[in-house]
Amino acid sequence: MRPVILSARGITKSFGDRTVLAGIDLDVAEGEAVAIIGASGSGKTTFLRCLNRLEMPDAGTVKVGDETIGETAFGRAADARSLARQRRLFGFVFQRFNLFPHLTARGNVAIGPRRVLGLDRDEANWRAENCLAKVQLEAHMDKRPSQLSGGQQQRVAIARALAMEPRVMLFDEPTSALDPELVQEVLDAMRRLAAEGMTMVVVTHEMRFARAVADRVVFMADGAVAEVGPPSSFFGAPKDPRLQRFLRHLDHAA
Amino acid sequence: MIFDWGVVAYAAPLLAEGVVITLQISVLAGILGLLLGFALGLASLSGIRPLVWIVRGYVDFIRGTPLLIQIFLVFFALPVVGVRFSEFWAGVIALALNAAAYVSEVVRGAVGAIEKGQTEAALSIGMTRAPLLIHVLLPQAWRPMVPALTNDMVTLTKNSSLLSVISVYELTRAGQAVISTHFAPFEIYLLLALYYYVLITALATASRWLERRLPAW
Ligand SMILES: Nc1ncnc2c1ncn2[C@@H]1O[C@H](COP(=O)(O)OP(=O)(O)OP(=O)(O)O)[C@@H](O)[C@H]1O
Ligand SMILES: [Mg+2]
Repeated sequence: MRPVILSARGITKSFGDRTVLAGIDLDVAEGEAVAIIGASGSGKTTFLRCLNRLEMPDAGTVKVGDETIGETAFGRAADARSLARQRRLFGFVFQRFNLFPHLTARGNVAIGPRRVLGLDRDEANWRAENCLAKVQLEAHMDKRPSQLSGGQQQRVAIARALAMEPRVMLFDEPTSALDPELVQEVLDAMRRLAAEGMTMVVVTHEMRFARAVADRVVFMADGAVAEVGPPSSFFGAPKDPRLQRFLRHLDHAA
Repeated sequence: MIFDWGVVAYAAPLLAEGVVITLQISVLAGILGLLLGFALGLASLSGIRPLVWIVRGYVDFIRGTPLLIQIFLVFFALPVVGVRFSEFWAGVIALALNAAAYVSEVVRGAVGAIEKGQTEAALSIGMTRAPLLIHVLLPQAWRPMVPALTNDMVTLTKNSSLLSVISVYELTRAGQAVISTHFAPFEIYLLLALYYYVLITALATASRWLERRLPAW
């Protein structure tokens, strides 16, 4: 068994009097790819955002390796600087890309290495070009986001996250804002990443991707993990009635 | 009423002298006001509580008091505490202090209007507040700032006419001097209005040119 690299315990989050996460537990092993599925509004995005502290959970702990996010080694609350450093343990890929429109593809990927890690310009650009090559964008390095297709933009966003050399990559429905014909190129890039041994947590509506690439699939419902298992049993013999209903709906839709 | 073209011909070159002073004041106060305004705007975006409060208080004070009083404060009150300026510099400083408050609000507003996803993307790659502001938000805020900043500079240029009350020999004061010797207020004030109008129009044109030149994505 590979060692656990990401461990979330009792993640709880409410907005006003609406409880979105009612205590989520999830362990992810090094090199594992976990897919999260669930109905709209079930809190999948909120959970990912609680992992890298884009959202502050009300309760619960997130550990990456032996670091507890939001805490110093001595158990005290981390200041803004340490929190920023801890966020780098995660790469985050947004549904809507969130690329920096004023920078080229290369600039988008290099800005982290340069302005956060303090590499000099040549080193940062070199690293950016390597990461862009990994997602097959070497021909588009000098284009701005507005000159790229949605699929290309999302691959730049993946490269931007990779350039920070994260321990875990988080994807929040990375293909749901894309035209259907552009979905595959992004999924292919993610598939290669998984094959290279990157640890990944992927919120997705792409069941074929979850089936083919994920080591385990998680179903979220009512603010909790309702079912989790390898794709074969998860899709082949779902136990939770809510999951059974969810999968039936998908079959009808497809 | 007979329009006295003679006094207009006499006054036009005299007033040009005032135009030069008005231009000097507006440019100097504009530059100082923009610099101070950016500093205040960045301070209020820094997230550092005491700085935010100080800027807040400053902006409140400037917006809540008449410019004329602010000019008198700089001109009459500061010498009492040992700071003395010439009329010219007192005027420049008063206008700059006034404009800075409005500029800081423009900076804060333009940066604040940038989509939240930009900040989140920057945070997700481990950025802290300062590089986020400098390398992500500000570069995107320049262009949307231009029209609002132009408004502030236009207002500043018009407001410079108030400095006539502390005897700065700018355009309005120069006009008043002609009026007191030739008594042709209608002709002279009309001429003054024309001079200001040309100045402001030139400023607005320059700003539109600048806005077109700044990159949009
Ligand atoms: N910042 C917020 N303030 C208030 N409510 C929020 C906020 N963020 C999310 N919510 C609410 O929390 C619930 C869960 O949202 P979330 O985006 O996590 O769901 P999701 O599973 O990602 O859904 P989808 O599949 O539509 O993306 C929703 O009801 C949403 O309206
Ligand atoms: Mg979501």
